[in-house]
Amino acid sequence: MLNTLSLKSILISGAVALTIAGQAHAYEPARSAECIAPANPGGGWDFTCRSVGRVLVDQGYFKGNVQTVNMTGAGGGVAYAHTISKRDKDDNLIVAASTATTTRLAQGQFPGMDSKQVKWIGTLGADYGIIAVGKDSKYTTLTQLLDALKSDPTSVKFAGGSASGGWDHLKVLMTAQKANVGDLPKVRYLAFSGGSEALVQVVGGHVDAFTGDISEVKGFMDSGDLRVLAVLSEERLPEPFAAIPTAMEQGVDSVAPNWRGFYMPGNSSAESYDWWVKTMDELYKTDEWKDIMVKNGVMPFHKSGEEFTQFVNNQILDIQILSKDIGLIK
Amino acid sequence: MDTMSLLMQGFAVALTPESIMFAIIGAILGTLIGALPGLGPANGVAILIPLAFSLGLSATSSLILLTSVYAGAMYGGRISSILLNIPGDEPAMMTCLDGYPMAVKGKAAEALAISAIASFIGSFIATIGLVILAPILAKFALRFGPSEYFALFALAFATLGGITGKNQFKTLMAAAIGLMIATVGIDISTGVQRFTFGTLELFEGVDFIIAIVGLFAISELLFFLERHAGDGLKQVAVNKLKLTAKDIIQVLPASFRGAVLGFVAGVLPGAGASLGSFMSYTLEKRFSDKGEFGKGDPRGVAAPEAGNNGAASGALVPMLTLGVPGSGTTAVLLAMLISLNISPGPMLFQQNPDLVWGVIAAMFVGNFVLLLLNIPMVGIFVKLLSIPPKYLMPIVTLIASVGIYSVSHSALDLYFMVGFGVLGYILRKVDIPLVPIILGMLLGPEMESSLRHALVLSDGDWTILFNSGLSIGLWTVALLGLILPIIVGPLVRAKMARAKASEKDD
Repeated sequence: MLNTLSLKSILISGAVALTIAGQAHAYEPARSAECIAPANPGGGWDFTCRSVGRVLVDQGYFKGNVQTVNMTGAGGGVAYAHTISKRDKDDNLIVAASTATTTRLAQGQFPGMDSKQVKWIGTLGADYGIIAVGKDSKYTTLTQLLDALKSDPTSVKFAGGSASGGWDHLKVLMTAQKANVGDLPKVRYLAFSGGSEALVQVVGGHVDAFTGDISEVKGFMDSGDLRVLAVLSEERLPEPFAAIPTAMEQGVDSVAPNWRGFYMPGNSSAESYDWWVKTMDELYKTDEWKDIMVKNGVMPFHKSGEEFTQFVNNQILDIQILSKDIGLIK
Repeated sequence: MDTMSLLMQGFAVALTPESIMFAIIGAILGTLIGALPGLGPANGVAILIPLAFSLGLSATSSLILLTSVYAGAMYGGRISSILLNIPGDEPAMMTCLDGYPMAVKGKAAEALAISAIASFIGSFIATIGLVILAPILAKFALRFGPSEYFALFALAFATLGGITGKNQFKTLMAAAIGLMIATVGIDISTGVQRFTFGTLELFEGVDFIIAIVGLFAISELLFFLERHAGDGLKQVAVNKLKLTAKDIIQVLPASFRGAVLGFVAGVLPGAGASLGSFMSYTLEKRFSDKGEFGKGDPRGVAAPEAGNNGAASGALVPMLTLGVPGSGTTAVLLAMLISLNISPGPMLFQQNPDLVWGVIAAMFVGNFVLLLLNIPMVGIFVKLLSIPPKYLMPIVTLIASVGIYSVSHSALDLYFMVGFGVLGYILRKVDIPLVPIILGMLLGPEMESSLRHALVLSDGDWTILFNSGLSIGLWTVALLGLILPIIVGPLVRAKMARAKASEKDD
């Protein structure tokens, strides 16, 4: 009696264990998930979270909702620290990230934290860097502008929307470096609190050149006030930007995508990570997401899983080397 | 005519049910807060900013809500002026002169109705002025380079106290406190952290929304605790309204003159609503050969109210086009804009036309709402004056805390809010104004980077700061703004006091 019972229970528990194992293999997401946008509502990270969250629900990946939580501070550092210290095993949390995240990681601006402490899921698009001048500028090609820099690194002053050493600044330096401009620390960069303030100064003729992203310049490009000299992408962008030459066409091997993607907690289960990677791959191909990309000027750029992790680590390494070269970090 | 079509698009935004709802809510809340003695529009908007955050409103909805609160508070300010003889804030002082005597004579309802009509005319005309002037100024703003911006910020600080400012030294000290707080966080020109002590939460500096809510709302709570003001205030009873068309027509010219004058005063940096209402009142007194000014003349209620509200809308012009606020309340609104990732300035009109024109159209809508609300429903607002603050203040504190927490989900922010509340209490005790602190925090980083940009552009040559006619002009006005109040200020204030004293003698 006792034996049969225990045998039964062993069988049952074995079967249960098998089912659990089977389920664990094909990870089932919870009813709802959370997406942390490490900035105030209205910015890029907030957009990434909210639009991806909506598509995830619309496409039936979640029965409940994907809630966006805005966690401002230290350019993403507060959210990064929160993920590592308080949510390290959470399978249902994703955090919006971009080139700004890797830049800060590279320059040690998240003290005591590094890129290995989280899992990098993938990107769902990018905003490509551009270099532009006002309509009355004497420069009409990127080559002319870089030649001027070669003869005197202080001759062209750049305005951008990130802090010194931030992504907008680095884009200029990367491009100048690829074009063999000497004495990079002497290249003048004016940091503004936003891309639009920087643009106004260039359009108003107060500063020589603008460094920023393609999504920022459409208005002034259409009105003819701004001349975009080069887009820092591998190939020309789709309409309405197809007329802008790439830097590569002009002989400078400089590519600068400001990607939009996600990471998740470092000790989340391997199954959940695989599920999120696969889901982002699928989501990227949906018509709904393609539509969002077109409407918001997000350009094609997709990497995920292992490939994305490699990309993030390489980008951090590149930025570190460049930042050391120009004396931003030691 | 481009402006017209943009404005029409704005109305399409402002007339959605959602926008109308927020305009009505904002108008009611604003009137409520404005009506409470001692709470001016800056406090009103500051208290309600967290509400917009905790409700998770879109940028357009938040702004419609808060501009309606702003307008509503300007309307509401007159209620306590007329019924209690206590102005809600300085600009409302002139309304007391003839408003309270009217109320004493048993014409409180008429005074309230006339002031509502005058407020409506003031806001309406000034909003038209805003529609015409703002796009022009936005285009002109392209001529501002770093050195001009630096001069403009210097001007904003120099004229902060306004012509009627009492103590320039205290104003400048307050601005310096704000500038000091603004240095915390990453310095964008060098990428270096300043005064953060390795605390992640401080890397982006001290959030001015937290400072605003702490300084204004929490310090108000502390003042309440100190006063133990458990009861409502005594007030003049309100009679039944007997307003004829003739009464309205009689005050129309005064209202129109007041509105235009107020608008001009509002646009000019430093002049502000106080001067707007004061000038409107004095002009009206000179203009009409006879009348019973100071003893309850309806025109003496209409002119300053129109001027007051006109100046409020006028102050939005420099705020939206240049990013430099002309008054305390617009400084608070500017903080809100920046927190919503919207940078004011010439680009605002290019990049967010839906938002700008939606908000401007919402101001027209809000004005109609306020007029409709204020004439028949004035009795309800009057009743609210007698609500004991012991019920009101806990609600304010609750809204403030929930709102601040929902901004960044950080408990540290709540400690900061309380800290700023205590600081605000102490500063108010020693008569140091709070608005310059906010302005210092808001404009400090911009001012610093403008100076650095100018010097980078000139390779370190300081004369770049005075190299254009525009910047020299701005510096001149700034200098005048600093010196004039010392000379003219006492004269104007004496006049204002005399006007008030002579009214009391009668």
